[in-house]
Amino acid sequence: MTLVLNEEQLMLKESARDFLQQRAPLSHLRELRDSGNTRGYSPELWSEMADMGWTAILVPEQYGGLEYGYSGLGIVLEESGRTLTPSPLLSTCLMGVTALTTGGSDEQRRKYLPEVAAGSHLLALAVNESSVHAPCSVATAAQASGEGFSLTGRKTAVIDGHNADTLIVSARTRGTEHEADGISLFLVPADHPGIHTERYRVLDTHTAAHMTLDKVEIGPDAVLGELHRGMAVLDPVLNAGAIGQSAELLGVAQEAFERTLGYLKERKQFGVLIGSFQALQHRAAVMFGDIEQCKSIVLKGLRALDKGDENLSEIASLIKAKLSETAHHVTAEAIQMHGGIGMTDEFDIGFFLKRCQILETFLGDHYFHLDRFAGQRGY
Amino acid sequence: MRELEQFRSDVRAWLEAHCPESMREPYRSEADVCWGGRNWKFQSEDQEIWLRCMAEKGWTAPTWPAQYGGGGLDREHAKILKQEMSRIKARPPIYSFGIAMIGPALLKYGSEELKMQHLPPIVRGEIRWVQGYSEPNAGSDLASLQARADDQGDHYIVNGSKIWTSYGEKGDWMFALIRTDSEAPKHQGISLILFDMQTPGISTRPIQLISGKSPFTETFFENTRMEKNQVVGEPNQGWTIAKYLLTHEREMIGETGNLQSGAELLSHIAVKKLGLDNGRLSNPVLRTDIARFEIDEVCHQLTMERARDETKAGASLGPSASMFKYYGTELNKRRYELLMAVGAQDALIWEGADSNEGELARRWLRSKGNSIEGGTSEIQLNIVAKRILGLPG
Repeated sequence: MTLVLNEEQLMLKESARDFLQQRAPLSHLRELRDSGNTRGYSPELWSEMADMGWTAILVPEQYGGLEYGYSGLGIVLEESGRTLTPSPLLSTCLMGVTALTTGGSDEQRRKYLPEVAAGSHLLALAVNESSVHAPCSVATAAQASGEGFSLTGRKTAVIDGHNADTLIVSARTRGTEHEADGISLFLVPADHPGIHTERYRVLDTHTAAHMTLDKVEIGPDAVLGELHRGMAVLDPVLNAGAIGQSAELLGVAQEAFERTLGYLKERKQFGVLIGSFQALQHRAAVMFGDIEQCKSIVLKGLRALDKGDENLSEIASLIKAKLSETAHHVTAEAIQMHGGIGMTDEFDIGFFLKRCQILETFLGDHYFHLDRFAGQRGY
Repeated sequence: MRELEQFRSDVRAWLEAHCPESMREPYRSEADVCWGGRNWKFQSEDQEIWLRCMAEKGWTAPTWPAQYGGGGLDREHAKILKQEMSRIKARPPIYSFGIAMIGPALLKYGSEELKMQHLPPIVRGEIRWVQGYSEPNAGSDLASLQARADDQGDHYIVNGSKIWTSYGEKGDWMFALIRTDSEAPKHQGISLILFDMQTPGISTRPIQLISGKSPFTETFFENTRMEKNQVVGEPNQGWTIAKYLLTHEREMIGETGNLQSGAELLSHIAVKKLGLDNGRLSNPVLRTDIARFEIDEVCHQLTMERARDETKAGASLGPSASMFKYYGTELNKRRYELLMAVGAQDALIWEGADSNEGELARRWLRSKGNSIEGGTSEIQLNIVAKRILGLPG
């Protein structure tokens, strides 16, 4: 298969871009922030995205979805990176759906997927317990209680945690705190009385939550995947998450770069366009090349997800490490090349650096994935 | 789709039948490369058989039209051939500036006569071509070249010199940029001329590099006769063709890493040399740099693959070739820096059989030239900035 988009994918890309540019340009994010919105996204816009079919892209046809694959959803995520549009696409439609299609029983899928596809049910992944992304470090306990389990512990940095209808929670059913074995996943209704949610805003008005679970009683049918072997589901989910974040980072980097390139061609100092200075030209040329590389690997990663490639962990970490590095460099250079105006809140370019830092950090940053990549390659 | 799959299985069967066992392993050293040419001495019978079989199919130049001896394959078929060759780790049957550089320029700009004269021998590996571009005073500013042709009616008399001719003393024919109009602006008085290196009045002198012996020579022209019918395209239009040809050269250099395809992963070498500590390379800082390098290597390879998928078979990558040249050579330099770090004090050894006469140190030094030859990294970035990004000045 060649590394180019087919006609259908190009059409999706165009329609996603048109929709987002019209309905959710960058001013949309600014409005959300300035209006003190607490959800971190607009429910009206979300229902329009559902009408576009985006919430159903990854859902199998038998559960009311479009079954258009990761390559399709990746295109939408990339475009929403360009406009920095906040939405639960990543938490619900990418990671939530992957968790259910990977580990869910038929009953669980029937319960959640049709509603997710319709845009009326949100999922969130509660897997971290400290400031650092470390999915195997799980102290939250799931103790046998009656026929089911009782969950107690604290989860941090749950993306869309306060918006979710259902949480996917990792908890320990055996073993010690840093062991992969003994981690199990549970589907928990977010309005359970034993859950206390502390919502917080991050840098750019996106939101997340810390969640405390105190004797949250759930039934045996809440187990997602096999007991003690939750990592077998969580690994693929986090790989998909890393590649999806990378697609979004690709959009962020491309838009920041194009805006900066435009500025180099219009801003004059010393009587000439600043884009005529070689000191800036070479840096721009390298950024262009780095972004071209990012395009190739994101495409490859989405294809690998669709194929179920056996080296997904290595591929996902390679991609997230590279995209984090490149997008960070590009969004920081974007500010430098804009000069003073780039530092002002009134000007939009700073939003790209903020969004980049968030996407980079959640679910494992450059260093985390570099380390994981080397580990996957046996060193 | 079915036709492609049929082609793949035909190719696979054909390679199975025709590629000798000893041609199915990576080059052990540069001495294993087959260059062809009038004076070529095959290092083994297998090397000769492999070149002959591939040339008969036209697969030494898979995308060239069949009437010039090429394979006549389109992009998808050529890609399958390449995949099937790398699947069995088949060596390229020949490494040739004829195929990589002057051939594509002739296909695009040459007269029918020139194509018929020169392309089939290139496909068969019979003529070894060398390049005459740079001069002592025309490096990055190539268009200021001064090797000069005086018009003598049906031929020119040429005086001047060229530098950095790879394998100059081994070349059978040269393609060279010569100033054919001294009055015109510098870009408009240059012609691309082909000539036999045995023509009287041509001499070469080897150049020693920081790494020791080198394949480069200086080439001198003293009242050398060159025929007008060997001018590619129109006289004084050579600069356009030269730039086109350079994109092919850059693409070739951009693949520098791939010449060692099948070469061991850097991390494997590091693990062997330094050992693991709890499953991780014992030096954690070096480990990070190696991981970054290996990631960037994959990024570069996939991006070249994507660019080929987006480009018509045999067509030039255009200014993108500059980007690939930049990344390919910078990566190769990084690879050797890391190999030196991994090799540590042993990597300093310059002589003796254990180090294969200082092979690593010499290769490391040689790699410094990668980002200079074929246009410096800085020139490549200038091209990307101006021709792709449209930046002014």
